Amino acid sequence: MSRLRPVPVLRRRKLKERIFRALMAASVLLVVGCLALIVGTIIWKGLPAMNLAMVTQTPKGGYYLGREGGILNAIIGSLYLASGATLLAILFSLPVVLYINIYAKRNSRLASMTRFSLDVLWGIPSIVYGAFGFIIMIFFGLKSSLLAGIVAVGLLEFPIMSRAADEVIRMVPRELLEASYSLGATRLETALKVVLRQCLPGLLTAVLIAFGRGIGDAASVLFTAGFTDRIPTSLLQPAATLPLAIFFQLGTPFPEVQQRAYASAAILTLIILVISLLARGLGRRYTRHIIK
Amino acid sequence: MLALSSVPALLVGLILIGLLVRARPILAEKPFFSLFFSSVWSPLKGNFGLFPFIMGTLWVTLVSLVLAVPVSLLTAIYLSEYAPRGVREFTKPIIDLLAGLPSVIYGVWGVLLIVPLVGQVIAPLFGATSSGYSVLAGGIVLAIMILPTIISVSLEVFSSIPYPMREASLSLGATKWETVHHVVLKKGLQGIIAAVVLGLSRAFGETMAVLMVVGNIPRPPKSVFDGGYPLPALIANNYGEMMSVPLYDAALMLAAAVLLLVVLFFNVLARLILIRVERRSA
Repeated sequence: MSRLRPVPVLRRRKLKERIFRALMAASVLLVVGCLALIVGTIIWKGLPAMNLAMVTQTPKGGYYLGREGGILNAIIGSLYLASGATLLAILFSLPVVLYINIYAKRNSRLASMTRFSLDVLWGIPSIVYGAFGFIIMIFFGLKSSLLAGIVAVGLLEFPIMSRAADEVIRMVPRELLEASYSLGATRLETALKVVLRQCLPGLLTAVLIAFGRGIGDAASVLFTAGFTDRIPTSLLQPAATLPLAIFFQLGTPFPEVQQRAYASAAILTLIILVISLLARGLGRRYTRHIIK
Repeated sequence: MLALSSVPALLVGLILIGLLVRARPILAEKPFFSLFFSSVWSPLKGNFGLFPFIMGTLWVTLVSLVLAVPVSLLTAIYLSEYAPRGVREFTKPIIDLLAGLPSVIYGVWGVLLIVPLVGQVIAPLFGATSSGYSVLAGGIVLAIMILPTIISVSLEVFSSIPYPMREASLSLGATKWETVHHVVLKKGLQGIIAAVVLGLSRAFGETMAVLMVVGNIPRPPKSVFDGGYPLPALIANNYGEMMSVPLYDAALMLAAAVLLLVVLFFNVLARLILIRVERRSA
């Protein structure tokens, strides 16, 4: 005798629901746990090795053998490099983004082509930017220097900043532009005085995101910025960078130097955390001029 | 400004042409087959077989995808379909931060935790001996690095699926997971593929973190516990000597060009799919 038995089927379906729910919860916990584990490990290993000399002195003779000194050269070098690269990236991103959003017709072919190429550029690995920076360097007869590093990292930051800024400027209400035109403002005036002001917090966030990527990138500066124990005083001198300092210190066979690599990694992580927090905070503040 | 807005497209071309021009000497001198399928890498004797490095890259990328895809898809589904608002808002910045951590930090963390884990726990568990500096360690670290890419692209894809479709499924008595399975995953399949391809191309080009944990042994790996030597690591490790050995720099630039071509192919593919997905939902 056949009988319909809906109950076990339903139970199985509900069980499936529960299993997948559990798997999903586990995945989310894993992702969150990974971040906690990474930051936790770096800080936990790095903090005990940290001292004042690390952040206030340049390497003295034999630093990489475990003698006195610090990594001030790399901290300053990274700040110079990332600031220069960010300036360079702003110089190129802002006109591009303003053009495709204000001058070009909405959803025009040019605008979508530009967005597409920016996305493709965004996907190019930093080692390729490094190699390309190296080619530029050779082409112009430069040696590895702060300038060459700034060019390579600037190229790397360009698509990151442009895409982030584009997301912000795209959100400007059409009516705002029209109000500005109707008052007789030109497109340039609208772009500089209305749109930039309206988007200031978002743009600052875009700049900070790009800066953070620039300061942490190692593969692109490997070829181009060189490495030195001194703080650079001109654009044509080589510059040490924090990620490479970490890499080189970790590569030595001496435990005390490796300890310093952990401390340097903690410093870099803290810098990145501060930049991320700033980027989030700025998004909320400076909203005075924003018309919603 | 019009001229400037063509900069991105020009830049892509310029990078490719620059690399290929610098790689030309070796392409002109060595037969194509020996460059890509020979396992002999001895620059001083003029042997530039890229095969071990290509295999190294493929292995590491594959391992990272196998690990990252299920975790990131389940996370994306949870965040888009199940999570209460609070959880979503708590998780979003964490994923952003994970994407923003420098690769050197991932590398240091890998050396501190993943390498010993692989060498002392995972390898003995499978009856293998490994120093820990292995394809598996590289794959694990890479997997974490590509999680944010796959998660955030998938989230965008899921959010483009119209809500009434889900409601129709639920109203027919489907459970939530059945709705996800038959509506969200089915409608979003193309977008998911694009997300995975973007993660893949990210993994393909990642340099420092992998370089620090993968062992850098120029032999094609035979198991995940062997060391490997991916292409980006090859470029990064040898930039110092490349100008003093003939053809060395051309070989490394060729490696960079190969890397770029593969990444370009995957990126263009993924972006085209995403544009189609976006257009359909609009």
